[in-house]
Amino acid sequence: MARYDRAITVFSPDGHLFQVEYALEAVRKGNAAVGVRGTDIVVLGVEKKSAAKLQDTRSVRKIVSLDDHIALACAGLKADARVLVNRARVECQSHRLTIEDPVTVEYITRFIAGLQQKYTQSGGVRPFGLSTLIVGFDPYSGTPSLYQTDPSGTFSAWKANATGRNSNSIREFLEKNYKETSGQETVKLAIRALLEVVESGGKNIEVAVMTKERGLRQLEEAEIDAIVAEIEAEKAAAEAAKKAPPKET
Amino acid sequence: MECVFGLVGNGFAVVVADTSAVHSILVHKSNEDKIMVLDSHKLIAASGEAGDRVQFTEYIQKNVALYQFRNGIPLTTAAAANFTRGELATALRKSPYFVNILLAGYDKETGPSLYYIDYIASLHKVEKGAFGYGSYFSLSMMDRYFHSGMSVEEAIDLVDKCILEIRSRLVVAPPNFVIKIVDKDGAREYAWRESVKDTTDAPAPAPAPPA
Repeated sequence: MARYDRAITVFSPDGHLFQVEYALEAVRKGNAAVGVRGTDIVVLGVEKKSAAKLQDTRSVRKIVSLDDHIALACAGLKADARVLVNRARVECQSHRLTIEDPVTVEYITRFIAGLQQKYTQSGGVRPFGLSTLIVGFDPYSGTPSLYQTDPSGTFSAWKANATGRNSNSIREFLEKNYKETSGQETVKLAIRALLEVVESGGKNIEVAVMTKERGLRQLEEAEIDAIVAEIEAEKAAAEAAKKAPPKET
Repeated sequence: MECVFGLVGNGFAVVVADTSAVHSILVHKSNEDKIMVLDSHKLIAASGEAGDRVQFTEYIQKNVALYQFRNGIPLTTAAAANFTRGELATALRKSPYFVNILLAGYDKETGPSLYYIDYIASLHKVEKGAFGYGSYFSLSMMDRYFHSGMSVEEAIDLVDKCILEIRSRLVVAPPNFVIKIVDKDGAREYAWRESVKDTTDAPAPAPAPPA
């Protein structure tokens, strides 16, 4: 097997592209990111590893906007993310210039995925080591969307998804607990999912919500703390209800 | 025949442009908006070759938006003006864009400003400026009546004086003008000055034939 994992353009005898799979490993080591789609809102949440004391946390933004109506969060190599995000931003404006219309979420996802795929089929390059979660509202229909891409260049739409560290546990939680929500309920669901794998507290997660009217809004630490407190209270109440034998039998 | 002019007042900048789209002796339409909103606090009033005008200003608009997404903060008016001039200068020795631009903007730190950028990429920061045949008349009026720190009412009054001069003294004067303003609350349309309306009413029914 060792002979087939050096160059990206070489298949192994059993049909693997090892470099792409190693890139997926890099993603699995990246920080957790979750995305949830509601009826009128989409929410992105990202795990924030504790910042070094001297670091200016404002310069580390993990959820970025690609256009007024599209945002992106990712897990994996952040430097690779910078390159992809830049190309996507240029494409968003280029589309507006030539087509006179903003991009749809699917279009820009297809563009980013296409870029990721190109780097799995060229000589002398390595794949981008990141998976992205792309959210937004389509310009005229106003339908909310959530898409995911990965280093192999595949993409698909999701109602809710997670990527990065422990994404499997988060996805399991979402599969069990997902239902169509709107507004604040969607935000709570996203944060609850993220809290499955992240230490609780506003300091450790970054959350952004996108609505059709107001575009992307990053939640303040205080807001996140408040929601986390609500969630913990609900959890405690549920625990108490379970433990206490029902006196009214 | 295209008239574009503008001036800076107290906490605002105003730009005026005629609204005729002309091809040789034919007026295609008289409600063509030649003042583009570049971003929330910038206006770009352009005159010149019709294709170049739209093509170039849209290109500048999208690049200004890209800068904002990349850097998280908008360009200052001065930066946008210098970027525009730079693009014109680069194109100049290949195939110049035949577009004259008045760029008006409001920055929180420095207040309102107006930049005069002509098609051979000269850039000047000005308090009042004008392009086209109308400039002979509007610049003279502004020289006579302009003073620093005019209020919106005074400025619009001066704008109306200029439009009156253009209408009465320029041989093929454009009939309609659009006035746009930019201040701390953003860039927006202020008013139109129309003397010829593009009619969209249904034609009157033909009279009944005599019995």
